[in-house]
Amino acid sequence: MKAERIESILATHPFFEGLAAEHLAVVADCATSVRFAAGEKIFHEGEEAQSFYLIRHGRVAIDTHAPQRGGLTVQTIGEGEILGWSWMTPPYRWRFDARAVDLVRAIALDGRCLREKCEADHDLGYELLKRLTLVIVRRLEATRLQLLDIYGHQV
Amino acid sequence: MAIRSEATGSLSDPMTPRIFVVERFRRELHDTFTLELTPGPGMAPIVYRPGQFNMLYAMGVGEAPISISGDPAQTGQLIHTIRSVGAVTEALGRLRSGDALGLRGPYGRPWPVEAAAGNDVLIIAGGIGLAPLRPAIYCLLAERHRYGRVALLYGARSPREILYRRQLERWRARFDIEVEVTVDRAAPEWRGSVGVVTTLLPRVQFDPDHTTVMICGPEVMMRHVARDLIQRGVAEEQIHLSMERNMKCAIGFCGHCQYGPKFICRDGPVFDFHSIGGLFGVREI
Ligand SMILES: Cc1cc2nc3c(=O)[nH]c(=O)nc-3n(C[C@H](O)[C@H](O)[C@H](O)COP(=O)(O)OP(=O)(O)OC[C@H]3O[C@@H](n4cnc5c(N)ncnc54)[C@H](O)[C@@H]3O)c2cc1C
Ligand code: FES
Repeated sequence: MKAERIESILATHPFFEGLAAEHLAVVADCATSVRFAAGEKIFHEGEEAQSFYLIRHGRVAIDTHAPQRGGLTVQTIGEGEILGWSWMTPPYRWRFDARAVDLVRAIALDGRCLREKCEADHDLGYELLKRLTLVIVRRLEATRLQLLDIYGHQV
Repeated sequence: MAIRSEATGSLSDPMTPRIFVVERFRRELHDTFTLELTPGPGMAPIVYRPGQFNMLYAMGVGEAPISISGDPAQTGQLIHTIRSVGAVTEALGRLRSGDALGLRGPYGRPWPVEAAAGNDVLIIAGGIGLAPLRPAIYCLLAERHRYGRVALLYGARSPREILYRRQLERWRARFDIEVEVTVDRAAPEWRGSVGVVTTLLPRVQFDPDHTTVMICGPEVMMRHVARDLIQRGVAEEQIHLSMERNMKCAIGFCGHCQYGPKFICRDGPVFDFHSIGGLFGVREI
């Protein structure tokens, strides 16, 4: 896919909404378009976290395994959302499995490439960090609510 | 004391239940069931508005407030979906076709279905909270042309605990209502969403300046949903919630359901967030 095309896709994804054009161009250098068939594994727990995904279409399940309970889906991520932040912090390994629930189209951003760009341009780094922190905080809040098991014992 | 019932226009003692007969018992989930009731001999059918509740009396056990969860247009038929949590609801769960129960009502302020005309409408339900909202959904769909976008966001504990599953599928198959369902936990075979109901909000489109929201579910869920909606620009006056408190009289006499300066039975159970937001989340009111 052409670089300008990727740049325009990035610009319309909610995660990069409002990002300066020069930063979009830098990020686009690290981006490729990817697709996963329904049921296909996107990454496995423990593997090196090489990419960061912007979901454009479809749904991704975050799975884990619990002894005696087997596979468990703890969250799904859909269109307009992002998948994965383990590329950002050492030891750069995935903590969960990710699986395409249906056909998934996404932009994959190379984690190492992004880290290098962020080191070279701290303005870009800070901008990305702010956006990622917002996503992480919202997911943490949602997870806390999930842990309350509110429908089991109405609270 | 005799008062005139708003719904039936009849003169009756508001504390004396009328006899209704179970027409049908239907198991919905492992702990949840639906009773279809018809008036006992000589009793008039009940006319109600979406969001109202009845006091159901399990003979010899006691009374509990239970929302009406059927279609208000079907006047001959009264439907209640109930989750067994204690003595009264468990006794109601033992009733079968032909059994009798006592009923007082309908009571309470309804959902603002009329006032929502011209707006986008978001219906947000958690767990058994879908039951009190179902009459509002029937009304919205019966006059669908009066509303903008209509979306139903529903959160359940697990795929096994999704209430009215077939009906949700039928609604989803329509082109004029968006239906999003999420569960808190699931096995990998589940092909739907996993995550709390607040995670569905960014997926639906609505115009925050012209949206009416109706929420029913556990209080902590309603609090989080309301907060997210306010952040997206929806006015507190446009966010409506159905509150639950234990009740005794259900007609504003005993104070049992008091919530700050409000009585849930008389001033609610449906409130807009603006009028109760200050009390919301305050411990031990
Ligand atoms: C306006 C209004 C509408 C309602 N509509 C419905 C409805 O449509 N369907 C329905 O099933 N319920 C509904 N309820 C809730 C219902 O009235 C209560 O669950 C009621 O307390 C049941 O009485 P009980 O004697 O069976 O249980 P209780 O003896 O009152 O409670 C037994 C135990 O269950 C706990 N408990 C109480 N309520 C709940 C609850 N909601 N969830 C989980 N645990 C609980 C109590 O803390 C207690 O430990 C409504 C309540 C109100 C105020
Ligand atoms: S239940 Fe008696 S005042 Fe509300």
